Amino acid sequence: MSAHAERAARFVADAPRARWYDQAVWLMRQKRDKGASSVPEWEALRETAAAIKAHTLSRLADYLEEFERNATRNGIQVHWAGDGAEHNAIVHGILQGHGVTRVVKSKSMLTEECHLNPYLGARGIEVVDTDLGERIVQLANEPPSHIIMPAIHKKREEIGELFHEKLGTEKGASDPTYLTHAARAHLRQKFLAAQAGITGVNFAIAETGGVVVVTNEGNADMGTSLPPLHIACMGLEKIVPRARDLGIFLRVLARSATGQPASVYATHFHGPVRGGEMHVVIVDNGRSAQLGSEVFRRSLSCIRCGACLNTCPVYRRSGGYAYGYLIPGPIGSVLGPQRTAEASDLPFASSLCGSCTDVCPVKIDVHHELLALRRVMVVQGRTPPGKRTLLRLLAWVLRHRAAYEAVGRLARFFLRRMPGALRFGPVGAWARGRELPAAPAESFRDMMRRER
Amino acid sequence: MSKVGLFIPCYVDQFHPRVAVATLGILRRLGLDVEYPEEQTCCGQPMANAGCTAEAAPLAERFLRIFGDYDQVVAPSASCVSMVRNHYRDLLGEREDLRKVASRTFELCEFLVDVLRVKRVEGEFPHKVGIHQSCHGLRELRLARSSELVAPAFDKVRTLVGQLQGISLVEVQRDECCGFGGGFSVDQAAVSCSMGRDRLADHERAGAEVVTGTDMSCLMHLDGLIRREKRALRVMHVAELLSEARLS
Amino acid sequence: MSSRDAILRVLRRAAPPPRPLPEEPAAITWPDPVAQFVETANGIGAPAARVPDLAALDGAIQGLEAWRKARKTVSLVQGAGRSSFDVATAKDPHELEGIDVAVVPGELGVAENGAVWIPGKLLGPHRAIFVIPQHLVLVVPAGAIVNNMQEAYARMTIERPGFGAWVAGPSKTADIEQALVVGAHGPMTCTVFVLG
Repeated sequence: MSAHAERAARFVADAPRARWYDQAVWLMRQKRDKGASSVPEWEALRETAAAIKAHTLSRLADYLEEFERNATRNGIQVHWAGDGAEHNAIVHGILQGHGVTRVVKSKSMLTEECHLNPYLGARGIEVVDTDLGERIVQLANEPPSHIIMPAIHKKREEIGELFHEKLGTEKGASDPTYLTHAARAHLRQKFLAAQAGITGVNFAIAETGGVVVVTNEGNADMGTSLPPLHIACMGLEKIVPRARDLGIFLRVLARSATGQPASVYATHFHGPVRGGEMHVVIVDNGRSAQLGSEVFRRSLSCIRCGACLNTCPVYRRSGGYAYGYLIPGPIGSVLGPQRTAEASDLPFASSLCGSCTDVCPVKIDVHHELLALRRVMVVQGRTPPGKRTLLRLLAWVLRHRAAYEAVGRLARFFLRRMPGALRFGPVGAWARGRELPAAPAESFRDMMRRER
Repeated sequence: MSKVGLFIPCYVDQFHPRVAVATLGILRRLGLDVEYPEEQTCCGQPMANAGCTAEAAPLAERFLRIFGDYDQVVAPSASCVSMVRNHYRDLLGEREDLRKVASRTFELCEFLVDVLRVKRVEGEFPHKVGIHQSCHGLRELRLARSSELVAPAFDKVRTLVGQLQGISLVEVQRDECCGFGGGFSVDQAAVSCSMGRDRLADHERAGAEVVTGTDMSCLMHLDGLIRREKRALRVMHVAELLSEARLS
Repeated sequence: MSSRDAILRVLRRAAPPPRPLPEEPAAITWPDPVAQFVETANGIGAPAARVPDLAALDGAIQGLEAWRKARKTVSLVQGAGRSSFDVATAKDPHELEGIDVAVVPGELGVAENGAVWIPGKLLGPHRAIFVIPQHLVLVVPAGAIVNNMQEAYARMTIERPGFGAWVAGPSKTADIEQALVVGAHGPMTCTVFVLG
């Protein structure tokens, strides 16, 4: 069994919890549906968003340069990092130059990808994740299990226990409002004490030289309006050509993520606060290599809404941790294997149902990319060798009619006379939860021959 | 008179021949000249979906050779038809002979509704029936509108079976994958069964006695669960529901 | 070669064939965008109402429960509410901590989502004024309500250099078991008045 399959099996074995998780996440899909259906031109919007991204990817270098020019004119300092290590060094350098030891950070999958927190932590810089879900998993010393709802795998009692231990809330208290307001008070102290704010970037606008950061909690805004230093970290694919393109993306982003017509805050930063400094770090870390692939460049369009996770029947029954990669679910299963060998099994952690493709606001055909990645995994020798041998054998049988008919007859014989034997071997796993098909005495072609 | 090639998926041929018989019957009763080329075995999907292009491509070539001269090719399987129409080009590239055969290959319900323009279905099926839309049928062949899309609703399967006398089509809550997914059913057996059970529970809650669909693969997986768990449900392929009906 | 140059070189080499920018689709509109804006804002947890003039606005603000209980207030809208604290005197945005209610003007509002656009020039010397108070009141001219975000981006001010923020309701989170909690890190309430 693949690593994902093993973890998923454990997850789904706790049936009540698995059902709770499935329903909790499916609710997000339902909210998305409600949000989307309130926009009659929804499908046209998806098409437009997809086309803007496709256009942008065809001129990525030009737009990044345009962004850099305009951002610089706005008083923003622009840096370029080839990989995660370089990104971390740049961020550290800026912080060190200002003598910063206390940082607040709003949600940024990119900084997770680069493992920024431990890097800074090892150098004496405290980084407090301020998104509530992120803070919960930070306090619990766990990775996020969903890109939009990092702590969705945790029950309120567990969070109550955690907060009692770490924040001094009442023992046994688990009311979400009580816990959230306790976190509000705790994090407000962090915001006020912070010397720098690090954010991700949802969209970087080439035309105007600014970045857009989207939250519901206002944590990115608290973190960038109090301390004088703002560092915004972006994957280079976050560029959009013009400000008016936000008029399209901001219409689809929140509706796809949570069904809301808009996120509460979508802040456009075109320069530092008065007397302050603003930096943008543009990060490659494998993205430019992805651009070179005709099949996989489409997944660079991803705006990290999480809709594909919410709709995925497999994600909802495996949980985020089953994927063992920074980003779980369908889009994680496309991005992960391109970055790390550990994610080689992820393209197979899917039934290829295609629901992800139908919800993606930028029309990435995720399930076709997963299929294409399977081909890559096979060619690169990153699949279990036994499976390929078996399929090679099966393919030979299927190319030779007489062999196919003989094997079919044999299979039906076993199914009728000795079904137990089939519980071993390659299809044994089928029989653990299901009956094998009942076998007829004759195949269809046997009947057709008789007819003649 | 146009000649129709009957394409019967390997597992239908071997394990569910009734579905093939029903399909053949439907097409013959419509007056079509139907041939079942015996050389056929499998469209190659198990290999293709496992990423084994080298193993799948020869089977695709074989399919094109066997079915190349028919005016139409019809199969009681959305999944196999999707392989031919949408994914053979992943294996063989853009080719004229492929384009020709692909454009003439149809799943049964879409063939009846779109090509033959069947308007009336006269027959009986006095049971409560839930339609399971296979993912390939739904999102690859667009046999119905998937719930993700903001677009007018339609359902080619419902258009046909909904006309059967006495039938009561139940409303299920989700058009979610049943969890078969080919090799997935074995490689990810736990999740696969969990998904299948949820589909069955959905149909049960809706009051279905029979679960029908365009793909015996999905139905075989659901039936395996039904029989193991002794649920009070039956599966029947749409061809079986329509096998006694008069279509015009 | 710097990382910058290396990255740009690879990006140029790997660039896919050119694709044009698309036409934008016709976006949703309403016969009465102001009424729709008020309805949508109320729907997203931002109590909203239309007021005919400054006097009515002033009265409405002073009638808010949050205002009546407030000890420290700021108003950046002349004639609407009162500032017990002059933000211009604050040398540091940290001094804004403890503001109970802030009244802030918006440049425009959007009917489709109840969002208000606030360019930096309307925020005074400290950006934090829209996020640090316990309660926020936004005031938008009725003539500046548009139907949808596409219309908004055709009209709104984007300061270069500068700042701008979309605000759609009170801060919120659903990170604990997806239970919606209003009042995450930003204001606990957001009241919106459409003036005129």
